[in-house]
Amino acid sequence: MKNNKIITLKTILWLLTGIASTAMVFRLIRGLGVSTNLTDSTPWGLWIGFDVFSGVALAAGGFIVCAIVYIFHLEKFRPLARPAVLTAFLGYIAVAVGLFFDLGVPWRIWHPAIYWQHHSALFEVAWCVMLYLTVLLLEFSPVVLEKINLKPFQTILHFLKRFTIVFVLLGIMLSVLHQSSLGTLFMLMPSRLHPLWYSSIQPLLFFISAVGLGMAMVTLESLTTSWLYNRPSEQKILSKIGLYVPLVLGLYFILRIGEIYYNGHLVYIFEGSWEGSLFISEIMISTIIPIIFFSIKSIRESKPGLFVAASMVVLGFIFHRIDVGIISSFQATGEIYFPSLIEILTSVGIVSIAMLVFLFFVENFSVYQTEEEETEEAQKDFNIISNGRLLDAGLGKERRYSFVYILGASLAIFILPQNGF
Amino acid sequence: MRQMAILNDTTKCIGCEECVTACKKINNTGEDKPWRWQDKIDDLSASRWTTIIRKPDNQFIRHQCRHCLEPACASACLVGALTKTPEGAVVYDKEKCMGCRYCMMSCPFGIPRYSWSSTVPYIQKCILCYDNIKSGKISEPACITACPAQATIYGERKELLAEAHHRIKNYPDRYVNKVFGEEEVGGTSILYVSSLNLDFLGLNKELGETALPDKTWGALKIVPGLFSGVGIVMGGIWWIIERRMRLQKLNQTDLLDESEENEDEK
Repeated sequence: MKNNKIITLKTILWLLTGIASTAMVFRLIRGLGVSTNLTDSTPWGLWIGFDVFSGVALAAGGFIVCAIVYIFHLEKFRPLARPAVLTAFLGYIAVAVGLFFDLGVPWRIWHPAIYWQHHSALFEVAWCVMLYLTVLLLEFSPVVLEKINLKPFQTILHFLKRFTIVFVLLGIMLSVLHQSSLGTLFMLMPSRLHPLWYSSIQPLLFFISAVGLGMAMVTLESLTTSWLYNRPSEQKILSKIGLYVPLVLGLYFILRIGEIYYNGHLVYIFEGSWEGSLFISEIMISTIIPIIFFSIKSIRESKPGLFVAASMVVLGFIFHRIDVGIISSFQATGEIYFPSLIEILTSVGIVSIAMLVFLFFVENFSVYQTEEEETEEAQKDFNIISNGRLLDAGLGKERRYSFVYILGASLAIFILPQNGF
Repeated sequence: MRQMAILNDTTKCIGCEECVTACKKINNTGEDKPWRWQDKIDDLSASRWTTIIRKPDNQFIRHQCRHCLEPACASACLVGALTKTPEGAVVYDKEKCMGCRYCMMSCPFGIPRYSWSSTVPYIQKCILCYDNIKSGKISEPACITACPAQATIYGERKELLAEAHHRIKNYPDRYVNKVFGEEEVGGTSILYVSSLNLDFLGLNKELGETALPDKTWGALKIVPGLFSGVGIVMGGIWWIIERRMRLQKLNQTDLLDESEENEDEK
C-alpha cells in the first residue's frame, strides 16, 4: 500500500534532520557562544525555553494516561497508553539531547549524579530526568521485547510485566515532582521575571498546566497518526478526555489570575504595555479559547474541533514556557533575545528526529493496538527484520531519505555563518 | 571565622580604574574584547570582574560581585560549583561546573559572566581574591591595595557596617541615609555608602530583604513528603479499585456457582 502522506512527511523530516546534523556538529566544534545568540544578560534561550521546558511538559501525557488506565482501572483508555508512554520517552530523550547541546561543558552532563547540592531546584530536575528516563525505558521496553521471540527476552518481558504497576507508580511520583520543579526553578528570580509571570505558586501552575497539556498532546497524536496511517482514531475516548480538559484549564486559570489579583498586579495586564498584550494572547490561546471549545459538545465530538482545540492548548503552553523562561525577563535585562539560526535548526532537528523515531515505532511495533491483537501479532513476527514492514518501505524510499538527509546536511553548510568551520 | 567584606565609598572614588587593572592582572583575565553586538567593553565581562560605572557629575560606582550572605547563585548551582566560604567570598570551582548557567539567571544583580568566546566556557566573576589570600600571597584583595583614594576598604563585615553608619551620621548631607548591601536580599558582603541611590545596581529597583534561596527552599523542602504522599495516595487508589474489582468478579462467579448448584438440586 502506498501512502503518500507518510512519504512526504518523512522526506521533510529527513531533510530537517540533515540540516540539523550540520548545525549540531557546528555547535559541538565551535562552542556555545559562537553558535547561539545567548549573552550575559540572556543566558537561557530557545534550547532551554523550548527543548527542555516544553519538551518535559509535552511528555506529561505519559503519566496522565498511565494513571487513568493503571491506577483508576479505566480500561477503555488503554489504547492511548502506549503512544503516550512512547511520546513521554522520546520527549525526555529530546530534553536530554537539547540540554546536552545547551550545556557549556556538555560532557559533564552526568555531574549531578556525583556532585550533590540538594538546595538547588535544578538538582531536583536533573535527578527526576535521570530516574524518569529509566522508568520510561522499563515501561516502554515490553513493546520491543514482545517482538523478539527468544527465551531470555521473553523472561525479561514476563518479569517487567509483573512489575508494571510499580513502574507506573514511580512514573507518576517522579512526574509530579519534575513538572512542578521546573516551576520551582523560577521562584529564585523575582527581580528578573515580569510580575505577570513570576509566581510564588509557580510549581503548582507548571504542574496543572502540564496535566492539561498532556491530555491535549495525547489527543493531537492520536488524531494525527490516524490521519497519517488511515487508521480509525480513538475519537470517542478522546472526546471523553476532552470533557475533563476545561476542568484542568479552568483550575489553572483561576489560580493564575487569582494570584495576580491577590498580588495586586492586574493593572499590568491592562496597562497597554507589550507584556500586557503578550499575557492576554498567551492566556487566550492556552486557556480561555480551549475551555470554550472543549465545553461545546459539537466541537468536542468532531475531529477538526478536537484537533484545533488540542493544538491551541499545546501551542499555548509552549508559548507560556517560552514566556516564563525567556521573554518575561526582557524588561529587567533591557535586552531582546532572538534565537540564532543554529539554535532554531537544532531545535527543529531534535523534534524531527523524535517524530521519525515515533513513526518508526508506530510502523514496526504494536503502539496503536489493543492487547489481544498484540499477542497474536507477536507470535506471528519472529524478528524485526523479517517483519516485512521495514523492507516494505522499499529500497526506493530509503534511497530518497538518505539523499534528502545528505542534501540537508550539505545545504546547511552554506546557510551557517560564513566563518564556518 | 571573621566574615570579611568590602566597603565602597562612592564619594571618594576618583574613577582611575586602578582596581580594574589590578584585578585583571592578578586573575589573568586577559584583554577586554567586545563580544558580538555588545560594543561596550567597560561593562562587567568575562575578562572584567570589576568595573567602574560612570554617572553624571563625576560620580563613580565600582561594580563587582556582591558576595551575598545567602547567595542565590550558590543555591542555584546543582553541582555545588559555587559556594559561600565562611570567610565571606562566593567562590567558583570550575572543575565541577557543567555550564547550565542557572546561576546567571538567578543572580539578582546580574553579576556572573560567561566566557562565551571560548569553546569550553566557564563562569567568570569576582572571588574576592580568595585563593591568593588563602595561600598567603596577599593579605587583602588586589583591588583594595590598588586604590589610591581609599574609596574601597577591606575588613570584617560588622566593623565595616559600623564604619559605614558612622560616616553617614557624621556627614548626613553627603550620603544617602542607607548602607547599600546591609539588608538587600538578606545582606551582601560588598557594602556601599553613596551620594546616589544605588538601586540601579540590581535587576529590579525593589530587591526586597528576604534571601532568595528561601523562596525556592519553601517548595523544595516539601519534595520528599510530596514524593511519598503521591506514591501512597496513588498506590492506595490502585489497591482499593483493584480489590473491589476482584471482589466483584468473585461475587459474580459465586453467584454463578450457586445458580448451578440450584439447578443441580432441581
